[in-house]
Amino acid sequence: MIDISDIFNFSNYDQLIPLVANSLWAGALLALIGGLVGVFVMHRELSFAVHGISELSFAGAAIFLLIGLDVVLGSVFGSLLAAAIIAFLGDKARDRNSIVAVLMPFGLGIGIMALSLYPGRAANKFGLLTGQIVAVDDPKLTTMVITAVIVVAALVVLWRPLTFASLDAEVAAARGVNTRLLGIGFVMLLGLAVAAAVQIVGALLVLALLVTPAAAALRLSSSQFWVPALSVMFALVSMLGGTLLALGGTLPISPYVTTISFLIYLVARLIQYSRAKVVRN
Amino acid sequence: MSLLEISGASLGFDERVLWSDLNLSVEPGEFIALIGANGSGKSMLLKTILGTQQLSGGSISFAGKPAGTQNHLIGYVPQHRTADAGLPLRVIDAVRFGLDGHKFGPTFAGRAAREKSLQALRRVDAEHLANEPVGKLSGGEMQRVRVAQAIMSEPKLILADEPLSALDLKHQQRVSELINEQRERLGSAVIFVTHDLNPIIDYVDRVIYLAQGRHSIGTTDEVMQSEVLSNLYGTEIDVVRNQGRIVVLGAHDHEHHEDEEWT
Repeated sequence: MIDISDIFNFSNYDQLIPLVANSLWAGALLALIGGLVGVFVMHRELSFAVHGISELSFAGAAIFLLIGLDVVLGSVFGSLLAAAIIAFLGDKARDRNSIVAVLMPFGLGIGIMALSLYPGRAANKFGLLTGQIVAVDDPKLTTMVITAVIVVAALVVLWRPLTFASLDAEVAAARGVNTRLLGIGFVMLLGLAVAAAVQIVGALLVLALLVTPAAAALRLSSSQFWVPALSVMFALVSMLGGTLLALGGTLPISPYVTTISFLIYLVARLIQYSRAKVVRN
Repeated sequence: MSLLEISGASLGFDERVLWSDLNLSVEPGEFIALIGANGSGKSMLLKTILGTQQLSGGSISFAGKPAGTQNHLIGYVPQHRTADAGLPLRVIDAVRFGLDGHKFGPTFAGRAAREKSLQALRRVDAEHLANEPVGKLSGGEMQRVRVAQAIMSEPKLILADEPLSALDLKHQQRVSELINEQRERLGSAVIFVTHDLNPIIDYVDRVIYLAQGRHSIGTTDEVMQSEVLSNLYGTEIDVVRNQGRIVVLGAHDHEHHEDEEWT
């Protein structure tokens, strides 16, 4: 029998909140990063690359865990390595997809091997794949703050030429935009964002934060201001809502986050559909 | 001093020579049609003018400086491709990229830039599209928006790389007409790559015809002759004139053999 209190349980809730203050902050930062990066993931068609990078990020984290080094560092190392491979070899969309498809199972395999060899607690192992909330200590939060500052600052600087290059790469190149360098730069930023997300929601579910909110936002608007704003908002609601719901039960955080994120996407599609219907009538 | 000075220019990859010893001086206000078979190096010629492709030999100067150093004075209109529906971008913002899209840093919603973008859209009869997402435009609409984008910086040279491909006849004529109107208004030169001369035949001052590693440059009447094109292609070509339109017969059958001849 499934015990419903495993999934939803709000007893002693007031005492639990302070324990996850760090997690809530980390979640909010992650939502900011994921929501913004997601917009570019959508218009540069990098959804699949996000998945590939997250598997290598997982592998990096698992290997570092096994050999006794910092897990966060391992995760950043793995995802930047994957991002570099994808950025330099996968210039064309078709090449990129096959490279990602080749990297992904390899990364996952290496990660599972490292976890199987790791003698420590099983909760640590699963956390990398499916996410964990209580494990955000102060150093981890600091890493998250630094990542968020780097990613957001870089995106603000690159926003315009990146969008220009997505619209018409040739025209942007004619105006002096180094489209290739810009593309590589963005995938490296994506690597950082993925590494941050793997810490909280786990490698398997990174897409729920880096793709779903932006995809939902795009259903509702095409404004350069509202798409990123809505995307961040949706990511925030999923992330914070998911964390607060996960607090009571015994399940990992990810099912809550992914479900909220998915529901927002469904609602966005419904709104788009009903709008189109109104226009047609 | 001419606006654009191409002297002794050649471009080749390995054994294959796309064109060589190309000499051309373009004056402000001139409308030049660039025609040739697929793979004859038309787009490459534009890229060398932009400085994004290096020449194998010779030199190009634009506005008195080496190619690639004055690109803010060039408006570029590419071949039509549908903009990605996943791109959150409105027409007015896309047009503004013609002014400052290459710059780093945040965009400020300045009134002046907005008014300038609207004015550019008005010039191509597309003001009503200002708030549409670019992903929803038709081919003809998108090309008009690209012309608006290209004229934002009041360019001295407009490079149009097959802007008519994938458009129906009506829109081919309209887009050609718009580019010509902007040439007249700005006094800028135009280099217009096309497969078919007819939509722009009334505006063209000179034609550059590229084929088989050779080229011919002159007025429409000088270049578009059976004898000239037969010499270029090295095979029998018929140029037929009918009611002010020009049809080239035989050139397309020949295109398939290009690669064999170059190896």
